[in-house]
Amino acid sequence: MSTGSSNSSVTWLFKMAWRDGKASSRKLALFMASIVLGIAAVVAIQSFGENLKDNIDLQSKSLMGADFIIDSDNPPNERVQQIIDSLGGADAREIRFSSMAAFLKDGATKLVQVRGIEGDFPFYGELETTPPSAATDFRTRDVALVDATVMAQLKVQPGDSIKIGAVKLPVGGALNSVPGSSSLFSSVAPPVIIPYKYIAESGLVQRGSRIDYEYYFVAEAGTSMEELEEKLEPVLDENDADLDTHTSTSERLGRRYENFAKFLNLVAFIALLLGCVGIASAIHIYIKGKLKAVALLKCLGATRKQTFLIYLIQIAGMGFLGGIIGTVTGLLLQGLFPMVLGDFLPFEVEITYSAQPVFLGILLGIFMSLLFALYPLMGTLYVSPLQTLRVQEKEVAQSRKSAILVSFGIFLFIFLFSYWLLGDLKYAAGFVTGILVTFSILAGIARVFMKLIRKYFPTSWGFASRQSLRNLFRPQNQTLTLVLAIGVGTFLISTLYFTKDLLLAQASIEGKADSPNMILLDVQTTQEEGVASTIRQQGFPLINSIPIVTMRVQNINGVPVNELRKDTTSGINQWVFNHEFRVTYRDSLISSETLKEGRWVSEAKGRKYIPISVSDGFAESAKVGVGDTLGFNIQGVVMSTVVQSVRTVDWARMQLNFSLVFPNGVLEDAPQFRVLTTKVPDDQASAGLQRELVRLFPNISIIDLRQVLTVIGDILDKISLLINFMAFFSIFTGIIVLLGAVRTSKYQRIRESVLLRTLGAKSKQILKIAALEYLYLGALGSLSGIFLSLISSQLLAWLLFDTRFFPSMVPFIIIFPAITLLVLAIGLGNSIGIIKSPPLEVLRKEAR
Amino acid sequence: MARILNVNNLEKSYSSGSKQLKVLQDISFNVEERETFAIVGPSGSGKTTLLGLCAGLDRPDSGEISLCGTNINLLNEDQRAVLRNKKVGFVFQDFQLLQTLTALENVSVPLELQGEKHASVSARDLLEKVGLGDRLHHYPSQLSGGEQQRVAVARAFSNRPDILFADEPTGNLDAITGEKVEQLLFDLNKELGTTLVIVTHDIELAQKTQKILRLKGGKIVSKDISAS
Repeated sequence: MSTGSSNSSVTWLFKMAWRDGKASSRKLALFMASIVLGIAAVVAIQSFGENLKDNIDLQSKSLMGADFIIDSDNPPNERVQQIIDSLGGADAREIRFSSMAAFLKDGATKLVQVRGIEGDFPFYGELETTPPSAATDFRTRDVALVDATVMAQLKVQPGDSIKIGAVKLPVGGALNSVPGSSSLFSSVAPPVIIPYKYIAESGLVQRGSRIDYEYYFVAEAGTSMEELEEKLEPVLDENDADLDTHTSTSERLGRRYENFAKFLNLVAFIALLLGCVGIASAIHIYIKGKLKAVALLKCLGATRKQTFLIYLIQIAGMGFLGGIIGTVTGLLLQGLFPMVLGDFLPFEVEITYSAQPVFLGILLGIFMSLLFALYPLMGTLYVSPLQTLRVQEKEVAQSRKSAILVSFGIFLFIFLFSYWLLGDLKYAAGFVTGILVTFSILAGIARVFMKLIRKYFPTSWGFASRQSLRNLFRPQNQTLTLVLAIGVGTFLISTLYFTKDLLLAQASIEGKADSPNMILLDVQTTQEEGVASTIRQQGFPLINSIPIVTMRVQNINGVPVNELRKDTTSGINQWVFNHEFRVTYRDSLISSETLKEGRWVSEAKGRKYIPISVSDGFAESAKVGVGDTLGFNIQGVVMSTVVQSVRTVDWARMQLNFSLVFPNGVLEDAPQFRVLTTKVPDDQASAGLQRELVRLFPNISIIDLRQVLTVIGDILDKISLLINFMAFFSIFTGIIVLLGAVRTSKYQRIRESVLLRTLGAKSKQILKIAALEYLYLGALGSLSGIFLSLISSQLLAWLLFDTRFFPSMVPFIIIFPAITLLVLAIGLGNSIGIIKSPPLEVLRKEAR
Repeated sequence: MARILNVNNLEKSYSSGSKQLKVLQDISFNVEERETFAIVGPSGSGKTTLLGLCAGLDRPDSGEISLCGTNINLLNEDQRAVLRNKKVGFVFQDFQLLQTLTALENVSVPLELQGEKHASVSARDLLEKVGLGDRLHHYPSQLSGGEQQRVAVARAFSNRPDILFADEPTGNLDAITGEKVEQLLFDLNKELGTTLVIVTHDIELAQKTQKILRLKGGKIVSKDISAS
């Protein structure tokens, strides 16, 4: 066509793409479906992420209950008090600490977070209580608001009494939600709100207790939070206090959920990539079937470019449609996220729809389809019109250069998209490498399997068994695609399962006799003997009595902390300057520690610089090593120390670990409290001991590790539910790819089955061939996936969790047969269709 | 009459394993405008290869082919495609219809490639002319062999080609249907003045043309003027 008619040329290309596509719509529909779920997953996550961000921004004030907060873990000193006064005084204040609460009706005890509130907090958002009136009148009625779950667990009713330290109050109502806290993360120490005036009366605010002092402010209209931070933050930092504004808090919260969303995005992206494997494979076979038509079009005068563009437009149209369907599905699916994520979120998420995920979904649909279809599509360029006259013996030779270019394009895109999702080059490179390795291993397994069958073909087997094996390596077989689709899906699910096991194994308490399962915190030195004898009287062992001395860093290598704070080049983490360290002293390492550098000193007396041991994390944060000096402020007394050793600490072990350890002979006379540990056999014994200890020593806090483990288990269950929810996108995509692959080879199978029938094969034999073929494929794919997940979980155990990995049998007993049977069912479903329909009629229909 | 096809010293070989197989050797002949011309010979004599080369579907090893006044050896793939679209028509033994297009759409394609706005009107006329006015929207799989070949003939004439190449046009048809298709080809040739080049091993069909070129073992055995 002349260039003058280029418009009509473009129209004709679209017309041809439409005509051909319309007639091949059944084949194209499955190609399209391959990417629909992947797009849906990405759009759902993206859109929900946007919604989370918007909601956090919108609700930033109600997330905090105020415009800004000044908080400290010490009563405010003179300078901090001056700042509070200069701001017109706090609009509300709170003292917050963990303590045991006793419910007097049946003597049950529970570790709770006591929050003594004065003033009209929250100023934004609301305390949700049952009855609702309790949220406002608890201050005037002198009652306590108790976490609703605790009330349900312990069968506490409004009007029952709760005892916190020396204070006894009636329960005024159930606390359903407090601005800024999520139900899941407050499960270990659920909140109990009491009027502020009872805090002092409780007698629980003592030296050594971990107490937070919070001052809530409502800012005047037009106050800039950034300016406020700039002005106050440095001064407050110097005085061991902190400023949190609603904007900084929402940013921090946003980042936390963003990281989680990034992870989910990757899972969604894997589903999309899996769909693309389906596209590439299906288009390969689709285009192969179109090569004769391409040759004919060339014969009739169509140029290479025109024939290429006809199918390119078709694929782009399919991607566009897939993108739209995927996007709509994704937008609808995101409505499920608040249900799945509910417990993680400290606020209600209102779902709105924004343009960005929609554009993303549609663009991804078009781009991914084109990118993954490009290589098979290039086949149209090399078809000779001579093919209309005779079938060419050799396959159409495609340029090696174009294959390399397309592969490079695909990996570049995956890398750039991962980088966009993760915002980190290293992680993106790691992700792409992981994908490459996983896909390569699965592809390798499929190829080796085909070679082995060909080489050791069991010639003595019956016809059906031999034919089913032959199908695995015949021309245009689907072995590679199906093993990839099934393998990646199974790999994801099994890895998630094994990882959950690893996490739980990490947190579990070893069953040894000397492993404590109850920790008693805040035991004053004077109470040590009494607490120890109470434990022993109940027949339980006192396993540890660990002294704790609180201190702050005063100087590093002689440079005062206040100077280091201003030095932006020091690289020292700010928490080192602000943190109140809980330090212990002992003469030896414990089981969770190993010496990394230097020499362990067990006892030191009368030295100018006390030799101490620091954890590798602290050494990294404070930029210190063996030989560096540190000055500590212990209740006003400055003590000079020198780093004598650096330890590696396994913080995941359920035992008391410390960043800083002093040798014996130094801190014995310093103000201190103790942590005692014991082991109780069951819940009843635990409740009895807790009741007695709370009665005698109301200030101590008791952590029952088994309860903590239950909470961790719950959290992991909820996280794994969410991850499984995302992984199922991969599985469903895998199923669709599977359906697509099976459907694509249907025509070939119909011809075979017609021929076999003509030669006298019974339906049963034809079904047996199909059943065995899909059984092999299902078993190989799912076993390969589980095998890969074993390797990846072993690597995770070894490199990340530093633990031993004992694989659970569940993937082998449940996942393996379930996926194999699913593949078998899909394959048989397809074959039954062939057998039921009259062969010639089906052949005519399929010819299009 | 002017020459529409001029073939000079044509040679073509294919590699078969390590051997070179000479398919055509020293082929020279001319076809005049409006002429009917048959290429006959036993299987493997190189008839189809010669047709492919004459129509610019393949390239010779040596020799020259001038089609419609253009030396097609000098044209690239796309230029040859444009030439075919404007000047050449094809009818194949196995019909070669686009399976995903209806009869009407199949016939429209060559015209649409030329940018013809009323392609479907012309296509409809042609299909009616070949007796398929009631089969316009049928897909090839819904048509009989004879009907498919008639669609192919209609398509071949749709762009009013100067020359039409037919490769065993009746080879896949029964005698009666084959005769109908032959008649159609010759009628359209007369009506539209299109040069007709037919490759066949059907001597009866060949004898209906004005000239016959006989091939054997890739060489010209004779160039006859037909009795017709």
